Amino acid sequence: MIGAVAVLLSSCRLPYLGMYRGATTQGHDTFKLWTGSLLAAMLVGIVVLSLVLWAIFRFRKRSEELPRQFRYNIPVEIIYTAVPVIIVCLLFYFTVNTENEVDAVKADPGVALKVTAFQWGWRFQYTGTGVTVVDTAVDWPNSYPAAVLPVDESIGITLVSADVVHGFYLRRIDFSRYAQPGVVNRFDLNFRHEGTYHGQCTDFCGLYHSEMLFKFKVVSQSAFASWLAAQEHSHEHLQSIANKRYAVGRRSLVGTTTGSSK
Amino acid sequence: MTLLVEQPTVPASTPPVHEQGPSGLVRWLTSTDHKVIGTSYMVTSLVMFVIGGIMALLMRTQLLSPSGGVLSLHQYNEMFTMHGSIMLLLFAGPFASGFLGNYFVPLQIGAPDMAFPRLNALSYWLYLGGSMVMLSGFLVAGGAADFGWVAYAPLSNATNSPGAGPDLWIVALILTGFSTVFTAVNIITTVFYLRAPGMTMFRLPIFTWNMVVTALLSLIAFPVLTAALVMLYCDRHFGTHIFEVKGGGVPVLWQHLFWFFGHPEVYILALPFFGVVTEIIPVFSKKPLFGYIGMVFATIAIAALSTGVWAHHMFTTGVVLLPFFSFMSYLIAVPTGIKFFNWIGSMWGGSISFKTPMLYCIGFLVTFLIGGLSGVLLASPPVDFAVHDTYFVIAHFHMVIMALVMAGIGGIYYWYPKMTGRLMRESIGKVSFFIFLVGAWTTFIPQFVLGLRGMPRREAIYSPTMGWTFLNRLSTIGAYLIAVSVLLLVINLWISWRYPIPSGHNPWDGHTLEWWTSSPPPPHNFTSLPRIRSQRPTWDANHADLVAAGIITTGVLGPSGIVGHGNGKHAGINGATGSANRQPSSASGGGSSGLFTDSTSSMKSQFSPSSGEGGDTDLTGQKGGPFPESSIDAPFDDGSSQSGRAPE
Repeated sequence: MIGAVAVLLSSCRLPYLGMYRGATTQGHDTFKLWTGSLLAAMLVGIVVLSLVLWAIFRFRKRSEELPRQFRYNIPVEIIYTAVPVIIVCLLFYFTVNTENEVDAVKADPGVALKVTAFQWGWRFQYTGTGVTVVDTAVDWPNSYPAAVLPVDESIGITLVSADVVHGFYLRRIDFSRYAQPGVVNRFDLNFRHEGTYHGQCTDFCGLYHSEMLFKFKVVSQSAFASWLAAQEHSHEHLQSIANKRYAVGRRSLVGTTTGSSK
Repeated sequence: MTLLVEQPTVPASTPPVHEQGPSGLVRWLTSTDHKVIGTSYMVTSLVMFVIGGIMALLMRTQLLSPSGGVLSLHQYNEMFTMHGSIMLLLFAGPFASGFLGNYFVPLQIGAPDMAFPRLNALSYWLYLGGSMVMLSGFLVAGGAADFGWVAYAPLSNATNSPGAGPDLWIVALILTGFSTVFTAVNIITTVFYLRAPGMTMFRLPIFTWNMVVTALLSLIAFPVLTAALVMLYCDRHFGTHIFEVKGGGVPVLWQHLFWFFGHPEVYILALPFFGVVTEIIPVFSKKPLFGYIGMVFATIAIAALSTGVWAHHMFTTGVVLLPFFSFMSYLIAVPTGIKFFNWIGSMWGGSISFKTPMLYCIGFLVTFLIGGLSGVLLASPPVDFAVHDTYFVIAHFHMVIMALVMAGIGGIYYWYPKMTGRLMRESIGKVSFFIFLVGAWTTFIPQFVLGLRGMPRREAIYSPTMGWTFLNRLSTIGAYLIAVSVLLLVINLWISWRYPIPSGHNPWDGHTLEWWTSSPPPPHNFTSLPRIRSQRPTWDANHADLVAAGIITTGVLGPSGIVGHGNGKHAGINGATGSANRQPSSASGGGSSGLFTDSTSSMKSQFSPSSGEGGDTDLTGQKGGPFPESSIDAPFDDGSSQSGRAPE
């Protein structure tokens, strides 16, 4: 089993097993770890389930005779204590390796993006360019803010919150991180493919939590460069759409605390 | 080790006369009897279970379609906040400690009541008061608390969550927290000081062991929650800034404090139900528990580890030491695995009868397997990054909790005859079990997939283009199946009470002391006790003839392991009161009523002073039998079991 895990961790084409393959290099590492861990868990599960089912079938009551009244079996007990220890140590080893890959942060990323979560929307600032994309979800779920980013480039994200705890989460990148007041989180994403990635707030943050959506549009590096240049030339960086419903959330942008979520 | 050399406290032919207390409502209001209080806990917590369940059904109904339509956003937020708070703190905890612990710990250790009966009553009233306070949140302007049961700061502060609802939530948790702490103190004291003669710590029934460890864990966890809640209240009303950045406070401190309570709380809920399963499986397999010592240490290990894993709820905060908390979380799989294999070992080689309690325990095993293994996956921070706050996590802990609920229902079916003297209907029980099992799996297995496909938790509406609709519908159907099963349980409880089928005192051929006394037990539980020389004194007494005749052999797994059984004289066990408290003839098993008729001679042999001194009357060869050469039992055993060993 352990061998199987090792083989699977090193192979390239892995089955989905429900989880996305990870659109970033970091997410792909997580996906490989997930696959190995899940297969190990399934193997253990099948073995244990078989034992349970076999026991209830084989040892169902067939006579009034009392079975043998044994209480201990030291060798067996040692085995089923030691084997799980070995399994979790192996899982831990792979976990630490993957964790180091996922959490590795470049000192000078290709694009530095500051992400601010607020009730209830996102602000994306391209550090050093003056370009800001900010919006709250308006026409849920059809229109929401989109940050444009280059493919095959390290994107250094600085994640903060303007008010309460939010969860930064993108589908298909197999990664999330809290945006918290008082905490600045740094992580890198390297997108492997172009495409549009749907993101949303995963940590409950009040009334319109479920509408706090955003998008990452990952484009070629040249397309990204021209987009950024166009944005810098435009005076109006801020795509803000006044919407009464979100007026409360908008206020939090400028630092005042928001009103009731009631 | 304590040896039983005393005479039984109650003469054989004189049934005890207890003063007649008040009856009816007054009795219920004023009683300090642990059984009355325990029953009150059971009824109250089951009502809370139904209330929390209705909230779950409302949420599931809302999620039938992506745009909802049943609840407003605000109502949905109230629902999941109160569902979590009620199910964990007003149902599962009080059901486990307040009902099961309260009712059965004194019975299992041969005690007349809890150590502090009035404190026990206070615990119940605090719990009931706290429950009312929490529910009253729905009556105030602004509604009940709606920040999730974890109440992350600063969402839970006065600015983001104004109104009386959150305050009532805080006060309710403080009240029930004190209730839990008092119950824990009571259980620990009871077990440490009120055990019957001969009931050494390593002869404690395993359920009682689990309750002791649970109580210790409660003493560690609940004061931290209470302190954190007081701080939160001060932040909300007295101008402190403990959890607020603007005054120099630290919001993430709330998460640390909450989860330092919250993770032990998981085991405060789980361990009692593990204990129930560990009682039921051996009884219905007609075998002693396999690996008792390992089980005890696994329980202690789980409790110890659970105080060092809280930050695995905070992997995505970016401010915790990932490898440490990851490894500690992984390690919990080891003692949990030991428990699992011990449950299998207890069935192995047995003669399993599939009565409803046993069915529910098997349901527990297969469901807990999924819930537990998915938990091992989540112990890895990168995997947690990928699925944190999605339905994968919901599915993981609900599979665990569904398993615990099954164990709890199994416990109700198992002990209902003890509480009432009536059997529950097997037919309804079996049907409701299968509905529950199918319902639980239909509800929560799709949620694993939903989480992997990115559906976040705590969302009242979701995008119809994400492909989540079908799985949500499936999940909702499952939830209704669970509701049907719970309804059948309630119907069964009522029918079995209203149209009794007498159970006798010991319908399952039970192992532990609660099956020694009458069903229902008399006000002070016991009028006599059997000799306690193993973990299953009642069983020993009921099977003493088989032990003496050499029919029962004990030994380790494997053909060579068969070793001797008790070779002592046949010892009648009961104090043979001859009245209501005498062990009735068992409906099942080998217990023969004839065993107890010869009271005089058996009492003589049993209670002769020499019998406890390594003499010749030890009848529980099982005690020292399986490992005559090993020291496994020796430290915990009195010398008398030496005599029970056959020479090899």
